[in-house]
Amino acid sequence: MKSRDEGLIFERSRPGKTGYSLPPLDVPEKVAIPEELRRGAIDGETEVSEVDVARHFTRLSRMNLGIEDGLYPLGSCTMKHNPRINEEMARLPGFAASHPYAPESTSQGNLALMWRLERILAELTGLARVTLTPCAGAQGELAGILMIRKALEKQGNPRKYVLIPDSAHGTNPATASFAGYQVKELASNANGRLDLHVLEEAMTDDVAALMMTVPNTLGIFERRIGDIAEIVHRKGGFLYGDGANFNAFVGLATPGRMGIDVMHMNLHKTFSTPHGGGGPGAGPVAVSEKLAPHMPVPTVERREDGSFHLDADRPESIGRLRSFSSQFGVLVRALSYILSYGEEIGEVARNAVLNANYIRARLADLYHLKYDAPTMHEVVFSDKRQAEYGVHNGDIAKRLMDFGFPPPTVSFPLIVPGALMIEPTETEGKPELDIFVEAMRTIAREAREKPEIFAGAPYTTPVRRVDEVRAAKNPILRWQARR
Amino acid sequence: MKFLPSSDDERAEMLAAIGVGSLEELFGDVPAEFRTTRKPPIGRPLSEIEVRRDLGSVSARNAHARSHAHFLGAGCYHHYVPAIADQTLYREEWLSSYTPYQPEISQGTLQSIFEWQTHLAILTGMEVSNASLYEGATALVEALLMASRLAKGRHRAVLSKNIHPEYLETVRTYFGNLHFEVVEVDDGDLAGACDSQTFAVAVQSPDFFGRVRGWKEARDAAATCGAMAIGVVAEAISLALLSPPGDAGLDIACGEARSLGVPMSYGAPALGFLACRDAHKRQMPGRLAGETVDAEGRRAFCLTLSTREQHIRREKATSNICTNQGLMALASNVYLSLMGKAGLRETAVQCASKSEYLKEKIAAVPGYAIATGGPTFNEFAVRGPKPAPEIVAALAEKGILAGVPLSTWFPEREREFLVAVTEMNTKAEMDVYAAELSRIR
Repeated sequence: MKSRDEGLIFERSRPGKTGYSLPPLDVPEKVAIPEELRRGAIDGETEVSEVDVARHFTRLSRMNLGIEDGLYPLGSCTMKHNPRINEEMARLPGFAASHPYAPESTSQGNLALMWRLERILAELTGLARVTLTPCAGAQGELAGILMIRKALEKQGNPRKYVLIPDSAHGTNPATASFAGYQVKELASNANGRLDLHVLEEAMTDDVAALMMTVPNTLGIFERRIGDIAEIVHRKGGFLYGDGANFNAFVGLATPGRMGIDVMHMNLHKTFSTPHGGGGPGAGPVAVSEKLAPHMPVPTVERREDGSFHLDADRPESIGRLRSFSSQFGVLVRALSYILSYGEEIGEVARNAVLNANYIRARLADLYHLKYDAPTMHEVVFSDKRQAEYGVHNGDIAKRLMDFGFPPPTVSFPLIVPGALMIEPTETEGKPELDIFVEAMRTIAREAREKPEIFAGAPYTTPVRRVDEVRAAKNPILRWQARR
Repeated sequence: MKFLPSSDDERAEMLAAIGVGSLEELFGDVPAEFRTTRKPPIGRPLSEIEVRRDLGSVSARNAHARSHAHFLGAGCYHHYVPAIADQTLYREEWLSSYTPYQPEISQGTLQSIFEWQTHLAILTGMEVSNASLYEGATALVEALLMASRLAKGRHRAVLSKNIHPEYLETVRTYFGNLHFEVVEVDDGDLAGACDSQTFAVAVQSPDFFGRVRGWKEARDAAATCGAMAIGVVAEAISLALLSPPGDAGLDIACGEARSLGVPMSYGAPALGFLACRDAHKRQMPGRLAGETVDAEGRRAFCLTLSTREQHIRREKATSNICTNQGLMALASNVYLSLMGKAGLRETAVQCASKSEYLKEKIAAVPGYAIATGGPTFNEFAVRGPKPAPEIVAALAEKGILAGVPLSTWFPEREREFLVAVTEMNTKAEMDVYAAELSRIR
């Protein structure tokens, strides 16, 4: 990473410079739009050359850390290597230059790909059908809860509440609320799992669903999930599985068998799509037979002659969640990734879990583990032992950057004060893990021996510690021309 | 497996360090009854060569903008993406970096978002833009939800019937469970549909049928009842030529920015946008990058105003969205920066001029008429002599993706189809289009 010296692209702008080229207009110039509906010059827009643009974005890129710079230990966010072949496949002209409203007879490749991906995801989840529509995991959650709502409405009562364990992602309560439900939070037990007595008590006739992450955000598998499903089903509710952590057991166990009725998958996490600085992803949702009629439109269907079509005429559907059909480009990447693993897809989970347990074993003598349960694909330490020296998880996060690593997740789960949630993913090998472990061990020693250095960290990044309070108090959200 | 870097020896060393004898022991918490007993029926792992062959042959079954003359629009337009836009995305620091929650290692992403926010604010004539949303339809949903918070206590949204039908369907899905009333009316009836319970009035321009309506009707209707006026833009290139919602006094602009540097990709990933007045920024959903300083007083950027978001506010959040379209916004920032003031205008003028050319050519074909009245930007509806799907299918045989039949959404318009023209269409292919059309009677 280099030090910061790059201005805004707008500040490079000089009148008369151009970077674009278009062919000369080959028809008469004619804009038949009344003057009052038109704008003048686009004041403030850039006037720069292509070299300016190339250098600007290259220099900016050097101020980012990506997964190919080294291990990216962000728990629950699953930052893994993204095979480049996926990128090329998504850019095949037949995919990238195809239009969502081209005649179906001319889009059979796209439709076949979607159908094939749906069948694979249904197989891996052990559920009947999969809607590929949702734009992201959070929208998948909404689709899932709305399908539950619809199924309950059909029985005569959509019910009032959704139960959500305190170890859940923040999107879960927000989603339930956007589907018109009130949220009841369930406290985890001392083992970091759902307490079945708490659930029994909360699970009334007014509860539409229990929304549960498996493994949960502590990286712990809910081993009594069969019993949990039974309690929920006995009262006529649905078990919603937040599949953000599906990479912990994909190919090895199936949610459908566990009693999960509906589960979204973050394709970008379990399979792979580059995180891209925050999107795009895709959040398909797998559902049981009972919920399938309520899937959002459109669905992909196969005709008797083997041809495919999009079906938007589904009277019991929750409706439409977006324009067009799906995050298609992300679906291509997911299928490309799945084909590369084929029937060995379970190796993803095996290696992800091995790597997390290795980190746990190498750091457990220095970092506190609030819960002693077995670790799946991610391990959540706390800063309890470092806090004795006045060093907290946020300080550890900032200091880790000086060792060239992005920090672990430190913002949740809320039930672990001072959480350090580490997820190495399956695409790290032992040498990389060892480098990270050594950095964490050095930091633990620094916390004991020279805790004062944490206040100024990081020291080696393009900018030093950023004043986020100032940004929020006096928001500057765009560049303005000096007058 | 090629993407898994550990050797067998290394895995054995790791298992020894953990203190277990086998990998399977690590899955002791997953009850046996839920374990799969056979490998999933996906086939053996494929080599890169085989993946390429497989997906290559799948993609080859599609007709697309590089195999056919392309006149499809209806919310997804075929514009040029300069080589540098996509190639920039291939730099791994862009491609594979995380959401910029930790600003010290994410200044590139944060500054790019800040610049994109500036571009979108300029184009929409607004003061603030967020860091992008999923796509156009959900951007309209978020704009309406935002308006409902700004006009607290009201429960009615008035929408033009001429907004993209799939945007309207999406609004119905979201609002159906939130105790809001959604009224869809003809543009002439907007003011009449407004009352003291109305929190928003939304129109699209150019509308779904391609007509440039401007923003006056929405602004005036909203003004009569104290509602927020929302402008929907499904073809962002139009902003380079047409009076933008901000200049016309609207409160919120939203829609689809894919035209600005993102390929069509069968509709997605796309690039939703949302821009508004400065006074309303705290009710804006999703991510925002802001300028600040670092510990040494140098300019720096970070995500800001996040107290509105789901990870802090949980069930009281302004929205459940947890992401933006970071990579698409980057491509768009590169595109906008490169095309700039002159290139954007030139692109828009070419779209409009070529569209006028084809419009005149088609209007001269016996049996065909232009069905969109009033001024258009780069899209218009055509009424033909027989059902539109038949016309479109016949032209596809001739290597022309001719248009989008309106009967998909409006059964009564069975002979109409939408035709879009962009800077990518040549005079020669438009001449062929008109000639082929004249053979279908």
